[in-house]
Amino acid sequence: MVVSKDEIMEIRASDHVVLVRQAVRKWSTELGFGLVDQTKIITAASELARNTLDYGGGGTVRLEAVESGGRRGLRLIFEDQGPGIVDLEKALTDGYTTGKGMGMGLSGSKRLVNEFDIVSRVGEGTRVTITRWK
Amino acid sequence: MSDNGKGLSEVLSKHEADLQADWIKEQTAGSARRTGAIKEVELRDQCKEFLGLVIEALQGGGDLDVRGPRWNPVRDLLANLSRSRGLQGFTPSETASFVFSLKKPLFARIRRDLSKDGEAMAEATLAATVLLDGLGLYTTEVHQKAREEIIARQQQEMLELSTPVVTLWEGILALPMIGTLDSARTQVVMESLLQKIVDTASSIAIIDITGVPTVDTLTAQHLLKTVTAARLMGAECIISGIRPQIAQTIVHLGVDLGDVTTKASLADALAVALERTGRAVRRVRAGS
Ligand SMILES: Nc1ncnc2c1ncn2[C@@H]1O[C@H](COP(=O)(O)OP(=O)(O)OP(=O)(O)O)[C@@H](O)[C@H]1O
Ligand SMILES: [Mg+2]
Repeated sequence: MVVSKDEIMEIRASDHVVLVRQAVRKWSTELGFGLVDQTKIITAASELARNTLDYGGGGTVRLEAVESGGRRGLRLIFEDQGPGIVDLEKALTDGYTTGKGMGMGLSGSKRLVNEFDIVSRVGEGTRVTITRWK
Repeated sequence: MSDNGKGLSEVLSKHEADLQADWIKEQTAGSARRTGAIKEVELRDQCKEFLGLVIEALQGGGDLDVRGPRWNPVRDLLANLSRSRGLQGFTPSETASFVFSLKKPLFARIRRDLSKDGEAMAEATLAATVLLDGLGLYTTEVHQKAREEIIARQQQEMLELSTPVVTLWEGILALPMIGTLDSARTQVVMESLLQKIVDTASSIAIIDITGVPTVDTLTAQHLLKTVTAARLMGAECIISGIRPQIAQTIVHLGVDLGDVTTKASLADALAVALERTGRAVRRVRAGS
């Protein structure tokens, strides 16, 4: 897999979530994503950015324009140094929330992308990597 | 350093009138071009008052800490000046030049008066620099703060402007949402909708989200809360303007809008609303 372009954005305030959505919209348009694919990855990014902010205590997202086997895609890596997730399986269950949310963010964004990977260590932080191929 | 400002204070008092004249000349010439916008009379008053207040503040000890209480009147004057110049569109440096342009004439007098006493001259020059730099920076700070206040107020106004609740028909309200449904805005929207429902005794409210770029779990939650609250006030909500790509995304996300009626367009939603309130739209002649 080749990364042809990348950028790191801060996620420290709710305004930043809006900026992340706008950046993902711009990148996915540039990659030639259709309207549905665009909407899906933007929505997933919105969910993960808000989790990074609300539960991870803030962090970063790395945007990568990737290419593999002639396909182009957008990969987003959300990272925080927050408390981590104790029970990943639970967290990925529809409707599970430890806050006041619907508990659909993690499981829902997994359904909105082609690749989904989550690594979380209690007391160290969480990293969620998603990729959507064109 | 207690008598730091003494030499400076003497120079200022002795040449008050001349300094004022030179200083105004300095501001109306070259560097501060924008002063054209300020009436000469006003500028003269400001300069005169400033010099008077500085001399007063320096009296009885050379306290050069412009943040201190002794300098309150000077700071107040500068704050007013910064604010009004900020409103007139001056840049921070243009505003600060009011203070900095006093340096040249003041240094010239210090040099002339104290040239025989090198140490006194150095001390007075240092005092003048410390003082004017401090006050100049203060104008920049106030200027900045005033701009931020303007921006914050405009944002607040936009919050209110962008959430108009309109009556489409007797008993039928519409709320065209535009932009991001973050928490602050949704709160405003929800309140204005509920208020309007009460004021107009409406039984149907159409929330149109054509202008909402992203519907994620938080947006959905806000929408559902609004629907629930409207129900408690006796009105049913219809959500319209759900574009196909958004509909697909919501389904994959797993968000359930429950038993809320949804329609693709505002027109469709209006048709449903009219029907539910016992009305129908009928074509009275063949149109184009
Ligand atoms: N970055 C993170 N750091 C720590 N905990 C997290 C993180 N992301 C998610 N979690 C935990 O996983 C749970 C489920 O997350 P998910 O996004 O699915 O739901 P939610 O954020 O609670 O609600 P929703 O996203 O539907 O508004 C959260 O309630 C939280 O406890
Ligand atoms: Mg979430």
